[in-house]
Amino acid sequence: MSIWEYANPVKFMRASGAILPWAVAGAVACTLGGVAWGFLTPDDYRQGATVKIVFLHVPAAMMAINIWVMMLAASLIWLIRRHHVSALAARAAAPIGAVMTLIALATGAIWGQPMWGTWWEWDPRLTSFLILFLFYAGYIALWSAIEDPDSAADLTGVLCLVGSVFALLSRYAVLFWNQGLHQGASLSVAPGERMSAVYRYPLYLSMLGFLLLFLALLLIRTRTEIRRRRLAALIARETRP
Amino acid sequence: MLPLLRRDLTLATRAGGGFGLAVAFFLILCALVPFGVGPDSAALRPIAPGILWLGALLACLLSLDRIFALDHEDGSLDLLATAPIPLEGVVAVKALAHWLTTGLPLVAAAPLFGLLLQLPAAATPWLLASLVIGTPALSMLGAFGAAITVGLRRGGLLLSLLVLPLYVPTLIFGTEAIRRGLEGGSPATPLLFLGGISAAVVALVPFAAAAALRVNLR
Amino acid sequence: MIELGKYAGTVLAAYGISAVLLVGLVWHSVAANARARRDLERQEGDG
Repeated sequence: MSIWEYANPVKFMRASGAILPWAVAGAVACTLGGVAWGFLTPDDYRQGATVKIVFLHVPAAMMAINIWVMMLAASLIWLIRRHHVSALAARAAAPIGAVMTLIALATGAIWGQPMWGTWWEWDPRLTSFLILFLFYAGYIALWSAIEDPDSAADLTGVLCLVGSVFALLSRYAVLFWNQGLHQGASLSVAPGERMSAVYRYPLYLSMLGFLLLFLALLLIRTRTEIRRRRLAALIARETRP
Repeated sequence: MLPLLRRDLTLATRAGGGFGLAVAFFLILCALVPFGVGPDSAALRPIAPGILWLGALLACLLSLDRIFALDHEDGSLDLLATAPIPLEGVVAVKALAHWLTTGLPLVAAAPLFGLLLQLPAAATPWLLASLVIGTPALSMLGAFGAAITVGLRRGGLLLSLLVLPLYVPTLIFGTEAIRRGLEGGSPATPLLFLGGISAAVVALVPFAAAAALRVNLR
Repeated sequence: MIELGKYAGTVLAAYGISAVLLVGLVWHSVAANARARRDLERQEGDG
């Protein structure tokens, strides 16, 4: 029994149906718990109450990047091994990634208003996320523009491949273009730069929550795609003379 | 491959081929900017390199859908796909033809339009260098976008949504080279990056574009 | 009620926008899934 067994849509539907309730329960518990815990943390001595935004901003930003990586992996699996579930999972993940990017951008802008004195700063990380959002938008638009599902999966897969290279390239180009005022990594392992435990644990919990939330939504949306595909196949079979 | 290049150049330059439209668009864009920004040369000078690069980029974008669309409509693309030359070569030749008929005229026109935008004379060599190095990447990435959207009826707007994010690194390094050249810094680093991007794009993107074409011709 | 001080508007706006976006995404996912399931069941029932 290998992992590729789950590339069979019927097996996937059965397995995902069994996992889904747990994923939903975990996502609700960890996301609400982590964010609520984050909301109740004491004020930071420099940032005041705005430190509470971190518990939304950082997990959303982390997921925005990780979802793109997951889409890249799923696209590669589709292009190499032609498993339909993989292509549909990549399609299902894209809107979730776009919303995560949007949350990261919106919370970043709202946080930047009192901290940097401006809603939008062409800071390298904000700029990179804006570019990432454009890549998500193009990817989603391409999926919905092509009627034949296999062609759509192939073309979006190739776009995801090329887009990944250019998203990474843009990241470094933007860094070269503007050094920026973003703070360093939030979870840096270097001593002294580390966040205090008061903030770190709620952040871990809410990151876990966002991860589970993505998993639950991904399963739901992939199941939707599989059902839609099956419906289209049934209708095609019926209308055939 | 040479006959293909000659054919594409002939098709593009003869009447109705759209040759020169991109340059005309570039001119209009450069003429419109002062109306939007104001005639003050102190305001125009710092933004001139960026406007010239953006103008060249948008003018290039406008002519992208022609790379494969016409050949797809009359079926010659199917013939090219079954021809003894690899499809990757076809893509590269078509991108080269696009660059020769669109990119090169834009490069030649840019210093002239720079005068309209009060671009300092000292920046002209850097403008030319960055455009010459950067525009091949624009044509090749555009050919990739055109290959993806070739079968679609309303591909034009989608094409710009797909291609413009891919242009970001080229645009950044291109304008950065001019800016550094003007400020007396070292424009070698951005120019090298620009050259690296162009070389990698010209070498690798034909494979992605040919793969997309094969899907669309299936 | 927790004291947010002068940044109350900022913090609440960030939480509010995130909540709206997430709820919208979840609602869209669940609604689309329910619709797909219903359509599929109807189709399979017919055939």
